[in-house]
Amino acid sequence: MTLSEGPATVPLLSVRGLTKLFGSFAACNAIDLDIAPGEIHALLGENGAGKSTLVKMLFGVLQPSAGQILCQGAPVTIASPGEARHLGIGMVFQHFSLFEALTVAENIALSLDPKISLARISDEAASLSKAYGLPLDPQAHVADLSVGERQRIEIVRALLQNPKLIILDEPTSVLTPQEADRLFETLFKLKAEGRSVLYISHRLEEVRRICDRATVLRHGKVTGACDPSQETPASLARMMVGSDVAEVHRDNAAALGDIRIEVSNLSVPARTPFAVSLKNIAMKVRAGEVLAIAGVAGNGQGELFDALSGEYPVAEDEAIHIRGKAVGRTGINGRRLLGAGFVPEERHGHAAVSAMALSDNLLLARSQSDKKAFLSGGAFSVIRFDAIRSATRRICEAMDVRKSGEDPQAGSLSGGNLQKFIVGRELDRQPSVLVVNQPTWGVDAGAASRIRQALIDLARSGSAVVVISQDLDEIFEVATNIAVISEGSLSKAYPAGTLTLERIGLLMGGIHESHPIPETAHAH
Amino acid sequence: MRIELQKRARVSTLFSVLSPLLALALTLLFGAIMFWLLGKNPVSALYSFFVEPLLEVWSLHELAIKAAPLILIAVGLSVCYRSNNWNIGAEGQFTIGAITGSILPVMYPAWHSPLILPLMLILGMIGGALYAGIPALLKTRFNTNEILTSLMLVYIAQLYLDWLVRGPWRDPQGYNFPQTKGFQIEAVLPEILSSGRAHWAFIFAIAAAVALWFMMRFMLKGFEVSVLGQSERAGRFAGFSARRMVWFSMLLSGALAGLAGISEVSGSIGHVQPVISPGYGFTAIIVAFLGRLNPLGIIASGLVLALTYLGGEAAQLSIGISDKVSRVFQGLLLFFVLSCDTLIHYRIRLIFAGAKTAEVKA
Repeated sequence: MTLSEGPATVPLLSVRGLTKLFGSFAACNAIDLDIAPGEIHALLGENGAGKSTLVKMLFGVLQPSAGQILCQGAPVTIASPGEARHLGIGMVFQHFSLFEALTVAENIALSLDPKISLARISDEAASLSKAYGLPLDPQAHVADLSVGERQRIEIVRALLQNPKLIILDEPTSVLTPQEADRLFETLFKLKAEGRSVLYISHRLEEVRRICDRATVLRHGKVTGACDPSQETPASLARMMVGSDVAEVHRDNAAALGDIRIEVSNLSVPARTPFAVSLKNIAMKVRAGEVLAIAGVAGNGQGELFDALSGEYPVAEDEAIHIRGKAVGRTGINGRRLLGAGFVPEERHGHAAVSAMALSDNLLLARSQSDKKAFLSGGAFSVIRFDAIRSATRRICEAMDVRKSGEDPQAGSLSGGNLQKFIVGRELDRQPSVLVVNQPTWGVDAGAASRIRQALIDLARSGSAVVVISQDLDEIFEVATNIAVISEGSLSKAYPAGTLTLERIGLLMGGIHESHPIPETAHAH
Repeated sequence: MRIELQKRARVSTLFSVLSPLLALALTLLFGAIMFWLLGKNPVSALYSFFVEPLLEVWSLHELAIKAAPLILIAVGLSVCYRSNNWNIGAEGQFTIGAITGSILPVMYPAWHSPLILPLMLILGMIGGALYAGIPALLKTRFNTNEILTSLMLVYIAQLYLDWLVRGPWRDPQGYNFPQTKGFQIEAVLPEILSSGRAHWAFIFAIAAAVALWFMMRFMLKGFEVSVLGQSERAGRFAGFSARRMVWFSMLLSGALAGLAGISEVSGSIGHVQPVISPGYGFTAIIVAFLGRLNPLGIIASGLVLALTYLGGEAAQLSIGISDKVSRVFQGLLLFFVLSCDTLIHYRIRLIFAGAKTAEVKA
């Protein structure tokens, strides 16, 4: 690798020709990578590029099929996470492995030598968290902590092992912009101490801001190595995606029509101990409008979607109106019959049944709304497979769904292609109201831009669209108006042009204009 | 050393189809070994167990008699299992169906009317359905595990039947035998052919299997069953109700088990007695799985399992071994069906010590 400032010393960790095969599929194909001491090294790539597989091999969770890992120049075999820790490698996973019923200190103790006393762990955790600017109460129960605080536990847990290299897997995907800034400060401190960080992300701005070097993966191969501060987000994206991503176009001047969705005084108690209760939600969406609802994961987005879709009808019939009709107590198919369409967040096991064919998954969403076309035989409701299959073909063509075979199982499609199908399934009905939760979550850049374009086009053709999303770039791309959800409360909607990233960040942290802005809120 | 199951990237279609036959072959092989260990000639033992019963007309009739309740119960269970509801208590629903269906002939032995038989069958279905409704109610109201409740209700049903025929329903002219009066001729399920005992229950079984096959294959209701069985959340998205599916599948399988129960009492036995089933309700679970939860497959597997019952009786007579052998065969068969299916979906990997795996996060 030729770099602007090549590592003069022996790299802390090197990888040579590392390959991982799953059957005949190469998730990682002859990867070379050097991590110098004291650098923040970015690992960039789309979903499915092989980033997670690579770090799992570095952390001993997976064993490589071929190739070598060198630790300070000496070849090593990392057979287990325990051995990785022994070599000075710590890891913070994207999905935390914490027991909610236990305290912070108890959770940390679980990953350490059982001989160390809990009191000592508490002390060390407290002092470490202070030293790195990660405020954390060792006696707090995990269930009471925010996602950002939970991530700090994982980081402190990794730091307690005094690692030379810390691997962070998509650490900011769950954080507010302000929480992310705090994390970055911690990372700079680690770097200043000579520790290295391997930082996995697909957020280009972040990588440009904090990383010294970046290695880009595509389809399991290294496609580029660069100094991210010398690149533009567009050039990084090109390296990641391989081709220029189509830009989303929209007209600003679309005139808004009648109110299609009106929510007022919608309060829903939490269904489970871990769910969020919705508090007094109000919103209006007009024909031709895209209302984007921003917010950090776990602030009531799923609950709001359930209430809007009617999967869980609400007690108050008047709380939700679709096209002027009170539907609070109407189920999802009743709302579909009024012309509404819905796209849930989770593809597998919610929007689609993975083990069923695409055509079956079409019927899943439209068995009642398209009763006339898809069913016959009156009360027997005999399925008209031919009609459903031709509709499936139509949708796949319209959305450019790439698949193997005529009517494959939903589970065999890549995330992006399945999502295109799921969105296309609703668009095919030309819904007058569409509610989408995380439309491009875990979807490759090409599919994401196609989906966003489709949402904008739908609004332009006169439908009302609600997009619930965590991705701020996406929100600014599609939104006419933006509202922010935080702890089950929805802010009022602002025209997209009047909001800055920083202001949204504050709203996401639950801070509205009326409140004084606390110290933590002003970023860098 | 540790044994791990690794999911196969691709499932062989050939072996998925062959799996039940493979299981059958393995069962025969191990059966042969068992006979050999018992000191019998394995070839002639297997012959008298599995072939002899097929050579005579009367025993083919017996085969149909034994297959009928197995198929009736198993097709109901297959819908239940496909919808992810685990009714293990078909034996109890069978028993209650037999009791409720027998109310008319036992209480009104002098009522001679062609109406009595259809009414008995309907009452039997209602009884079985209501009895299956208990675990359904407990599941939908209190989130109780239906595997446990339906199983426990089996023993209650059996003891209730026992008390009934020893107490209030006992035939006063029956020399103190614990059984009811014989049913009047109008209350007996007629034979299909004049050549033997096989009665209408077999026709019911085939009709139920074909009807449910049609439902599962072509109707929205069948689609609803499969969707809810695979993902309750996706079912909710489709507007299907998991709660209603609990009721539908439990009542359906209970009704079919009840129909099997009253058919058995009315067609095969002719009166009510303390033991009316050699475990049809439990064996039907094997039938359902051996038939791959497909109603048409269940017709075939029902006949195979019926043969193990007949073979057990035949082996008792001709080679002098206990009829418990048929239980052994049924157990072997279930074991091999499930393990063949597992090995088709997973490969076995032996992990030897040394590659010591510490706790794996994530």
